[in-house]
Amino acid sequence: MMSSRLSRYALRLGALGYLAVLLLTPVVLVFYRAFEHGFGHAWDAVTSHAAVHALELTLLIAAIAVPANTIFGVVLALALVRGRFPGRGLVNAIVDLPLALSPIVVGLSLFLLYGRGGWLGGFAGHGIKILFAVPGMVLATMFVSLPFVVREVVPVLREIGTEQEQAAETLGASPFQTFRRITLPAIRWAVAYGVVLTTARAIGEFGAVSVVSGRIEGRTETLPLYVQAQFESFDTPGAYAASVVLALIAVATVVALRVFHPREETS
Amino acid sequence: MASSAAVVERPVGAVSGRAGGTLARGVATGYLSLVVLLPLAALVWSSRSHGLDSFWHEATRPEAVSALKLTLGAAVICAAINALAGTMIAWVLVRDRFPGKGAVDAVIDLPFALPTIVAGLTLLTLYGPGGPVGVDVAFTRTGLMLALLFVTLPFVVRAVQPVLLELDREMEEAAASLGAGSFAIFRRIVFPNLLPAILSGVALAFARAVGEFGAVVLISGNLPFKTEVSSVYIFGQLQSDNAQGAAAVSVLLLGISLGVLLLIGAFRRWRTRHDV
Repeated sequence: MMSSRLSRYALRLGALGYLAVLLLTPVVLVFYRAFEHGFGHAWDAVTSHAAVHALELTLLIAAIAVPANTIFGVVLALALVRGRFPGRGLVNAIVDLPLALSPIVVGLSLFLLYGRGGWLGGFAGHGIKILFAVPGMVLATMFVSLPFVVREVVPVLREIGTEQEQAAETLGASPFQTFRRITLPAIRWAVAYGVVLTTARAIGEFGAVSVVSGRIEGRTETLPLYVQAQFESFDTPGAYAASVVLALIAVATVVALRVFHPREETS
Repeated sequence: MASSAAVVERPVGAVSGRAGGTLARGVATGYLSLVVLLPLAALVWSSRSHGLDSFWHEATRPEAVSALKLTLGAAVICAAINALAGTMIAWVLVRDRFPGKGAVDAVIDLPFALPTIVAGLTLLTLYGPGGPVGVDVAFTRTGLMLALLFVTLPFVVRAVQPVLLELDREMEEAAASLGAGSFAIFRRIVFPNLLPAILSGVALAFARAVGEFGAVVLISGNLPFKTEVSSVYIFGQLQSDNAQGAAAVSVLLLGISLGVLLLIGAFRRWRTRHDV
């Protein structure tokens, strides 16, 4: 028994030690660094014109990309679970692709599609700016955060089956009524969980947005891009202050993920 | 993440054939094509637009090859460490009991929620020049590894945790009553049950490590032939107006991502077969 208790403590120490060294200590230290010259300094840094603009732009992009991916995510999940059509396996694989693909490759792909000589590069000639402007950044964000709602809703849809939906239809409900009264209440926690993940990814995206934004200061700079720009121009207090804002959003995300945990909700 | 276990094996309902189903399918595939497929098609097309020879020339430049080798090597090491550490953390979170376990469990998701550039900055603050612990790994491969391990931490933990939770303790108790030691029980009973989940998590961690950019860009210093990984190389080629070179390496990374997804699909089928 002695040895089993010893190995239990050893495992616990190993796991917690790994987390402390890799994850917890660095994050705590950033909070310390941001506030080491006093709260006032940090506040001045995050309320500078450039930082506020970067935060506003970040939230604007998320406000477009997240609803789009939520609505289409639910539709995609419905099509994948309830439909039987040729290429369904392929669609399923493509949905996962953004999870496994480098954000830089995503950014470059959009750059080549909408850039000069690209298939859809003609928009620029008509005064519609996609690259180095907000639309391109929204498209990049939509690409990288696409899978989350789909991946959360699919297992729940499979679990609830179709009996209730069919009953509703037999009783004369229209497809839309069935969806609103039967399907939506059943998947709402999964959708909420997916929305939290989508939002976190949309706010934090760096690589893909970095490529398509052109990084024009005060115009196409999101908060993560601002962090890098400040760090590289030796304004470390500014970088730390903006990082703390993003880290606080991340902490809120983690708390929200606890609240919406769908696995416990359905079982 | 728990969601990675989701699979669509067979359609459950039968709304197909009706107007609503057809419309939903059309809208869904249309959105997917516009947002994901069309850009990737443009990438593949651009990489080959100057012919295969030019593609090959760009993909085999010494700097590109060196970056790809480093990327793959670092991703393999990162995946191996995750297999060990992730399984250990999942085990402790499921089987051990200690105060504050709920908080530790929540913290696992932090790398998913934290922007990657902030992850890189936090690591640089602690393990960079002038850090409080007196270690400086900035601009080294050790720094690169730290960044990759940070962002890939949740994958194996979140893949293994649910399987471990559902694992029937009776088998282990039976083995113990027959005199098996705790290591033998783990190796003969627990580990084979966890293996498909571990491999799925490891594969996702590998793919993430291959493509990571934000966390790496500050800490690795991006020194060609030393700490420059493929994603940073692609970014650099684009900055110096060599879209052709950037596209060639990107297509290789795209191929790796697709290969990993195929592998994960195989692991999932393996797992469902073992369940039945």
